[in-house]
Amino acid sequence: MKAAVIVFPGSNCDRDVKVALAQSMGTPPLMVWHRESDFPSVDLIVVPGGFSYGDYLRAGAMAANSPAMAETSRRADRGVAVLGICNGFQILAEAGLLPGVLMRNAGLTFICRDVHLRVERSLAPFTGRYRQGQVIRIPIAHADGNYFTDEDTLKRLEDGGQVVFRYSDTEGNVTGPANPNGSLDNIAAIVNEAGNVLGMMPHPERLADPLLSGTDGRAMFEGLVEAFG
Amino acid sequence: MARPAPITPELVQGHGLTAEEYGRVLEILGREPNLTELGIFSVMWSEHCSYKSSRKWLRRLPTEAPWVICGPGENAGVIDIGEGLAAVFKMESHNHPSFIEPYQGAATGVGGILRDVFTMGARPVANLNALRFGSPAHPKTRHLVSGVVAGIGGYGNCVGVPTVGGSCDFDESYDGNILVNAMTVGIAPKDRIFYARATGVGNPVVYVGSKTGRDGIHGATMASAEFDEEAEAKRPTVQVGDPFTEKLLIEACMELMAEDVIIGIQDMGAAGLTSSSFEMASKGGVGVELDLDLVPVRETGMTAYEIMLSESQERMLMVLEPGKEAIAKAIFEKWELDFAVIGRLTDTGRMVLLQGGETVADLPIDPLAEAAPVYDRPTKKAAPRPLIAPGGVAPPESVMAALKTLLGSPDLCSKRWIWEQYDHMVMADTVARPGGDAAIVRIHGSSRGLALTTDCTPRYCGADPAAGAAQAIAEAWRNLTAVGARPLAVTDNMNFGNPERPEIMGQFADAVEGMRAACLALDFPVVSGNVSFYNETNGKGILPTPAIGAVGLVDDLAKTASLALETAGESLVLIGTTVGHLGCSSYLKEVLGRADGAPPPVDLAAERRNGDFVRAEVQAGRVSACHDLSDGGLLVAAAEMALAGDTGCTIEIPIGAPPAHAWLFGEDQGRYLIATGDAEGLLARAESAGVPAAVIGTSGGESLTVNGFGTISLSELHETHEGWLPGYMGDA
Repeated sequence: MKAAVIVFPGSNCDRDVKVALAQSMGTPPLMVWHRESDFPSVDLIVVPGGFSYGDYLRAGAMAANSPAMAETSRRADRGVAVLGICNGFQILAEAGLLPGVLMRNAGLTFICRDVHLRVERSLAPFTGRYRQGQVIRIPIAHADGNYFTDEDTLKRLEDGGQVVFRYSDTEGNVTGPANPNGSLDNIAAIVNEAGNVLGMMPHPERLADPLLSGTDGRAMFEGLVEAFG
Repeated sequence: MARPAPITPELVQGHGLTAEEYGRVLEILGREPNLTELGIFSVMWSEHCSYKSSRKWLRRLPTEAPWVICGPGENAGVIDIGEGLAAVFKMESHNHPSFIEPYQGAATGVGGILRDVFTMGARPVANLNALRFGSPAHPKTRHLVSGVVAGIGGYGNCVGVPTVGGSCDFDESYDGNILVNAMTVGIAPKDRIFYARATGVGNPVVYVGSKTGRDGIHGATMASAEFDEEAEAKRPTVQVGDPFTEKLLIEACMELMAEDVIIGIQDMGAAGLTSSSFEMASKGGVGVELDLDLVPVRETGMTAYEIMLSESQERMLMVLEPGKEAIAKAIFEKWELDFAVIGRLTDTGRMVLLQGGETVADLPIDPLAEAAPVYDRPTKKAAPRPLIAPGGVAPPESVMAALKTLLGSPDLCSKRWIWEQYDHMVMADTVARPGGDAAIVRIHGSSRGLALTTDCTPRYCGADPAAGAAQAIAEAWRNLTAVGARPLAVTDNMNFGNPERPEIMGQFADAVEGMRAACLALDFPVVSGNVSFYNETNGKGILPTPAIGAVGLVDDLAKTASLALETAGESLVLIGTTVGHLGCSSYLKEVLGRADGAPPPVDLAAERRNGDFVRAEVQAGRVSACHDLSDGGLLVAAAEMALAGDTGCTIEIPIGAPPAHAWLFGEDQGRYLIATGDAEGLLARAESAGVPAAVIGTSGGESLTVNGFGTISLSELHETHEGWLPGYMGDA
């Protein structure tokens, strides 16, 4: 697999996802500066977490208009896999690659903790290594993760099986108390209709190493490597 | 020279200079200063920048050890952590600004301490903090907690440095003066440490980072005065933080530091351009000429006075190798940061400031930076308090009810509500998260780690500053030991009242002596620190609070311990001697509403012996859980272990023990509670090491039981322990 990680001013999980990818790929991914638009062809583009441009206008809003994102959009249209994590999800939503918005958490504070996710779709290239219905533990760390969209879009997402992870309890029950940020339908991750662009608020790269008290995130990177060889 | 402004006695006083100090200004200059020059003297000689009241005493602290690369006096302390690496760390206060404007005060506190660390070439890898608020009943406390926590998170989360630990407690003495002490730890190649030393006549002086605005003018002077009801009016002297720019500045500096272009570098912290340029020039023994027209400014019409005294954030001053400006400029332009050559080093030993082609200040550097006044202020010792015998303290009506009271008290309750607002996992190296004795951060790309903690028990320090300060050092050392780390060094953040009062100066002097004794006994040098005086409002001082931040080394991350009790059927072994010391204890405060008596004595030899034994056991992989005993004593520690691992335990009070409540809640020092599957082996090894050890219980079940004194379910304890803070903050 060939992978690229886009680096914006203010990205701060770029190194973490690089380490997690390298662990599964055997070689490090390409790091692409936000001003570049002619980076080599890759199988996967990762839009990492952090505070691109300080999130000063609105989380992800300015990054969505960068040259590297314009190129990412063009490649996504051609079917290249794009994974947005946390701020990356916010950027993909702002860029219109995924529907909906990530609003301020319902409790209005930043939240950093492990949450449980129920896997709704086991689907290559992103979640092929997870079982449908499996409950995994992955950390979140965000102030704006409250997924919202209009009713029609929500129905389309649900009917089309585009919801990939939902916040749940340890048994996989999708409940109010298990929802950390107020997201509609406990949505933690969605994929576009074509299935090649995935956005998620939780950070799989933070639990991909046995020393860090969990490895449930690792299957995502293993699955990607399996899908792209 | 600039137009002479009349320097009146009122103006001198308004700048915080005494008549005597102003006399010294006249002597040094041989003439009257102009307003800019007066402003510069004022900030350079402020308590905050000059340490004029504390310097005499700080010299007493042990600062050396074979592993110390750089002790106090630089931006941060530097210690050798092996394999060619160094840990760079410091803790610093932002108390006064945080009281006036809690979000920005706390945020810029984090920003400032981060810069102190990366200015030395170290990538910041962890933040910690030590917070003290007023009584929960005080009307401002919730507002301050909420703002400070959001500010620390808002800054640290954005720059992408995990906030991995800290402490937070409440006392009415902080009602008008909260304490916000922030600590940063960084890692650097040990042969590439950068210092704040300007050398090489003719070399360019370069300004990088944010533009200079009119914010924070005279922040250092504010931090050197008491508060009164007018404090709110000082809001304009609080700076505003921009963590995004800080993140860019970190990355740009890291990139530049990989090149051989920097001679000296210093962040612009308190007293901004003034103190950074003076300190660098003074340390390098050179003069400096700055053209203030070249300083990037946010607005037009800024005077020399404003430019020199601004405390705008996210700025650095560097001296570069001649001819290397282009390399540096390209890096800062890539990161979209300001870069300007604003002057040159000279051989005059003077600081000359130009604006509009005119000389607006001309000052000798050494008399300002190094010959700042040093005071030997009178001290008055606090009257010693009597030790309280266990018999002099009433037992509780119910041991389990007392336990609940303690675990649900503001000081001992879970601080999850706070640390979940901090990104404590970014950088993906946080091996032990907040909530334990010490956090552990992996040294990136290795199987080694740094253990980190902050500690202090102000009520002990209030009762006996020397014993309390020794206890703070000992507890930090113990917390590092409990996770299996080798304690290496400390940074201190001395928060005290008005040093012009002999009883406050006495507290300070005694605290330093207590720290000295503990640091020497534990081989635990002080490598950096900060003094914050004048933490008083309307003449009432805070509890003396020498907050300690400490760093230890974990040689093998597979050989650590946490406090979580996870396995049933194991023995609980108590290490150390229990007399049942209840003076100044949490039990006395929370259950009986008393605050009297002497704090627990610290037996440093026993502390060392017990700790060395425990650490060896952890490192040998022979303990499955380990927790240091501190506030609330044995029973609180056992409950914390049970809650952390969701496994209950049963405790049996040994025959011949002190009265039950003293044994269960006494705060005797130098103790640990360990879970092990091989108690026999551990007891035998303890005996041959001369370390007191006894089996006092067994793990298992879903409740906590003290035989003969009742049982309580873990779910009930959990609710009590986790409930107080969210309930208080209005989230429950």
